Amino acid sequence: MNVAVAKTGNGRAVSDLFASAEGRLPGSPSVIAVRREAFETYERLGLPHRRIEEWKYTDLRALVGEVLPLAASPDAAALKRAADAIKAHAIAGARKLVLVDGVFVADLSDVKALASEAGLRTLREALEKDAGLLEAAATDAVIALNAALATDGVVLSIADGAQLSAPIQIIHIATASSASAFSRSQIAVGNGARATIIESFVAAGAKAYQVNDAVIVSVGDNADVAHIRLLDDAPDAVNVTSQFVTVGANTKLNFFNMTTGAAVSRLQGFITLAGEGSDLSINGVNLLQKTEHGDTTLVVDHAVPNCVSREVFRAVIDDRAHSVFQGRIIVRPDAQKTDGKMMTRALLLSDEAEADNKPELEIFADDVSCGHGATAGALDDSLLFYLKARGLPEKQAQALLIQAFVGEAIEQIADDGLREHVIGIAERWLERRQ
Amino acid sequence: MALLEVKDLKVRVEEREILHGLTLTVNEGEVHAIMGPNGSGKSTLSHVIAGKPGYEVTDGQILFKGEDLLEMDPNERAAKGVFLAFQYPVEIPGVATMTFLRTALNAQRKARGESEYSTPDFLRKVREVSKSLNIPQDMLKRGVNVGFSGGEKKRNEVLQMALFEPSLCILDEMDSGLDIDALRIAADGVNALRSPKRAMVVITHYQRLLNYIVPDVVHVMSKGRVVKSGGKELALELEASGYAQFEDAA
Ligand SMILES: Nc1ncnc2c1ncn2[C@@H]1O[C@H](COP(=O)(O)OP(=O)(O)O)[C@@H](O)[C@H]1O
Ligand SMILES: [Mg+2]
Repeated sequence: MNVAVAKTGNGRAVSDLFASAEGRLPGSPSVIAVRREAFETYERLGLPHRRIEEWKYTDLRALVGEVLPLAASPDAAALKRAADAIKAHAIAGARKLVLVDGVFVADLSDVKALASEAGLRTLREALEKDAGLLEAAATDAVIALNAALATDGVVLSIADGAQLSAPIQIIHIATASSASAFSRSQIAVGNGARATIIESFVAAGAKAYQVNDAVIVSVGDNADVAHIRLLDDAPDAVNVTSQFVTVGANTKLNFFNMTTGAAVSRLQGFITLAGEGSDLSINGVNLLQKTEHGDTTLVVDHAVPNCVSREVFRAVIDDRAHSVFQGRIIVRPDAQKTDGKMMTRALLLSDEAEADNKPELEIFADDVSCGHGATAGALDDSLLFYLKARGLPEKQAQALLIQAFVGEAIEQIADDGLREHVIGIAERWLERRQ
Repeated sequence: MALLEVKDLKVRVEEREILHGLTLTVNEGEVHAIMGPNGSGKSTLSHVIAGKPGYEVTDGQILFKGEDLLEMDPNERAAKGVFLAFQYPVEIPGVATMTFLRTALNAQRKARGESEYSTPDFLRKVREVSKSLNIPQDMLKRGVNVGFSGGEKKRNEVLQMALFEPSLCILDEMDSGLDIDALRIAADGVNALRSPKRAMVVITHYQRLLNYIVPDVVHVMSKGRVVKSGGKELALELEASGYAQFEDAA
């Protein structure tokens, strides 16, 4: 940590990072007080490092070193670059909500089209009332830092029974190099609602930036939600995202995450199955090359009986890249008839590629079916030879087999246009290794 | 003109010599049969010609259209016109047969400096050939060979052969695991591809296949060598007397 420490009048340490950001942080004085407290938590803990169990494979002190200063509010040039980036990254037919360097930009968003189907506020607006949205479990340093510095985000509410006619795409665009963006959003899906929500992280010319995002998701009963997260940040960026998800009863939640960018990324998801009869499906894909480090850490908490959770995590790891999957399934004492399984499959494309896999089962109920499995290996030589014998050069033969491996996850996306979009991102990743 | 010239080829697998100086010449337009007992090295020969890794060539050479085949990657050999119909075609889940066919065909064309096939031309061609081979369209939508019966896998090999139009086709035990009807369909497909510019090497353990694909030349292989060559009547002779006589000769 290279955060310079300054003493304030009351003797408490408040670093430049917070002091310099303070003027830009939305919220009343009472909200600022909550932020200050969160920042102090962060200062006390510092960036997570390998001696903290949850972070042992992703030592942010070693990998990232310091938190960069907050990005300035996007100016006209930045907004122009963002508008260009949207053209390349927007999903056809989806309603866009755009955050540029952590600031919501209504002019680039489909606010009007969305208005008839979902309630939308910004974090900035929500914080005018109270600090509620900043108060999620700030025991982790990066989450505390997010609470301290979140500049903006979207607060979406999808009413009971709403059937969204189009997906909603939240696009995080980075335009500022060597700066950090802090965002925090809330997505509340009502009972019986059906929605597809996509989060995309992309760069518009920015380099070496940092993203710290937090998302609070609550899904009611009898809902059907597809939640897709596409991390396609610049190759030298850092992205740390924390998700807090609560699922009601008899609900179907499909979460898909694909990482194709960022030098260092960590997605930490805390998912609580809080209503009976729900079905949670998580498909994760890490596509990593060069020296990229991608970490997905998930805690699935079965708090009630009769829920099913399925986690399938795939990693394609090239060069000297490093993929981490930590999956914990908690089954509370009452959560009988829980069916919770996780599977990790790593495809190692080079001898120096590294995959770490840490499954944990914490089971406090006796009538459950839980398990985990893992495979790791190279591409099948006999398949490669077959393809080459039919004229495909080595890299192209590999690409077909990698696409097949990743395709099993992408197939789970029901929406045709969205699936094609995701396939396109994976193909561009493959082109980068040609 | 000699299309394929295998000269005194010696091949090792895991430190053990499997081919002990094999010589074979195949001219354009000819159909050669290679017969021999299990373990005589027939598949090894076909794999070395196609460029499968894991084989060490310690002596001899393979020329294809006068060029040194052993210097080329498997994909270059394919683009030059070498095609091996595998004894055991692999299943490739997640790679749709159509995608595979198109990618392979265009990769070969690109390597030869030819333009890519247009989609309508490609589709028309696939439809036409698959129809003649009795390959249902829904098979083409599945992963390559996934869930195919033995006969379907072999027909899929013949389909590729028809599509890629190679100048040398090596068919490794095309008859294994096929009933008579399936064999006939596959053999008809192969016969339709016979042409004055194209040569075929039909590897088989049994004479049966050669009733359907009638060869110009028959070679008997034993213990890593060609021990006898002759006309198509040699196959019938073998059928009557078995391989034992040649095992002694080898
Ligand atoms: N990958 C391999 N490793 C070890 N031995 C092999 C391998 N492939 C073939 N062989 C050996 O080489 C010999 C020839 O095998 P093969 O070429 O498959 O014969 P055929 O096709 O005529 O039945 C056999 O003795 C077989 O055991
Ligand atoms: Mg064989």
